[in-house]
Amino acid sequence: MTTNEYTKSELMIVNAARELAGERVVFVGVGIPNIAVNLAQRTGSPDMEMVYEAGVFGARPTRLPLSIGDPCLVTGSTLACGMPDLFMYYLQGGLIDVGFLGGAQIDRYGNINTTVIGDYENPKVRLPGSGGACEIALLAKKIMIITRMQRRRFPEKVDFVTSAGFLGGDNEREKLNAPGKGPTVVVTDVGVLRFHPETHEMYLAALHPGATVDQARENVGWDLRVADELGATEPPMTEELHIIREELDPKGIYRK
Amino acid sequence: MSKLMTMQDAVAEFVHDGDSVAIEGFTHLICFAAGHEIIRQQKRNLELCRLTPDLIYDQMVAAGCARKLVFSWAGNPGVGSLHALRRAVEKGIPNPIEIEEYSHFGMVSRFVAGAAKLPFYPLRSYAGSDLPVANPRIKSLRSPYDENDEVYVVPPLNPDVSIIHVQRADEQGNAQMWGLVGVGKEAAFAADRLIIVAEDIVDESVIRADPNRTMIPGVIVDAVVHEPYSAHPSYTQGYYDRDNDFYLEYDGISRDQEKLEAWLDEWVYGVSGRVEYVEKLGEGKMAGLQPGEAYAEPLNYGSYR
Repeated sequence: MTTNEYTKSELMIVNAARELAGERVVFVGVGIPNIAVNLAQRTGSPDMEMVYEAGVFGARPTRLPLSIGDPCLVTGSTLACGMPDLFMYYLQGGLIDVGFLGGAQIDRYGNINTTVIGDYENPKVRLPGSGGACEIALLAKKIMIITRMQRRRFPEKVDFVTSAGFLGGDNEREKLNAPGKGPTVVVTDVGVLRFHPETHEMYLAALHPGATVDQARENVGWDLRVADELGATEPPMTEELHIIREELDPKGIYRK
Repeated sequence: MSKLMTMQDAVAEFVHDGDSVAIEGFTHLICFAAGHEIIRQQKRNLELCRLTPDLIYDQMVAAGCARKLVFSWAGNPGVGSLHALRRAVEKGIPNPIEIEEYSHFGMVSRFVAGAAKLPFYPLRSYAGSDLPVANPRIKSLRSPYDENDEVYVVPPLNPDVSIIHVQRADEQGNAQMWGLVGVGKEAAFAADRLIIVAEDIVDESVIRADPNRTMIPGVIVDAVVHEPYSAHPSYTQGYYDRDNDFYLEYDGISRDQEKLEAWLDEWVYGVSGRVEYVEKLGEGKMAGLQPGEAYAEPLNYGSYR
């Protein structure tokens, strides 16, 4: 059963979780990615192995981890290890199917900036930095991104490439010594964006219920292309919202 | 010989002005008690190294202890920004600080190289990123075995002093940790001087009964501090939960330098040490953070006489 009563964040979380259907080993980023992946594991992908950079493989958290180092990630997990093991053998060793990231800024060709707005030496805004994102972007087989669609978050070109997407587009990424294929999808609160198979430019692939093409175009810093056959996402199911509201985020930190 | 010391004595003896300091612990086992003691003793010009500076380095920066920060992710985990750190970087308040920035894998590799006494460590990160431009210490290198295989390398990190919080240790410093162990072991082996802070001091026989859980041998340890609840508002797996409410509350406290200084006056300068801090939190606070029980099955190492 679908419903019409949900927030934009819930819509974004639900659609991100659906994108993960059938994926096996997912590297989970902090914040909204965390809740989306946990929702996916509890709905369409019960066999999903959630990997956290803090050193956990196969987490089965019984509450929403506020941070990516929450103790609930360890209790009941398949494996807890030191961070050298996690980064060297699991990530660099090629075991990660999907890196699931949030992004402060993402540009036309899927490059992510979580470092600075403005000049590096004299930043307008100092952001947290890479964390594990720089290497996840290169080493996970593919990257999925979840972020709100706002013009400041979608510039034509990021001020600082923290984590490489397709760099300047076309085949530029192939010149990198990177095993991963790069970003495949960006799930937002307006719709779902994907990347052209040759130019690797981000385009609007589907709109959420009630959203318009103009809304999407107004919120990016370049002339956004729209798919010839523009899709429409399904509204959230009652069950999905129930899990988000009752189990994953009862305090409403992420779903507002 | 027992290496037991008070936190006050351990910090006075082993942490010096100008040192590079690593209080490690990834979200878990962050030794706030040591950071607060360093603030109280007004150590200056420290080079603070940690993957995630977290609230503890934010407070040390606000208190004027730091001249430099070496890190890979500087945020309030699950909440937002580290405001004191941003004030120092963006506006030079209370003093300007230099930053040296890596990714997590880069910092992990630096500690591994430091622990193994290697000149550098290779990793498959940084390609296409601007990080090597921002930090020229991140360099690329062709494999001597395959000229088409280019990797990046980072330099070793050898802190003057590392401070590692653990669940339990004996008086010699043989230390056992479980849960998220982060780079605790590597930061311990990489350091010139090492302080272990433990929730429990146990008999050597307890350590010897479960040697696979021993991460740090006493032979590399300089001081052992017995200080329960040292990690609050961070957590100790199986002992107390992370005080997530405080991490949220700190966002408001730290947005304003004066407000944060008032907090430091009350909770750091205003107490003699961790015992008084825990008393000040009140009985209900730590009791409310007690987790339920989830024991592992006992296992048999075998007796071979």
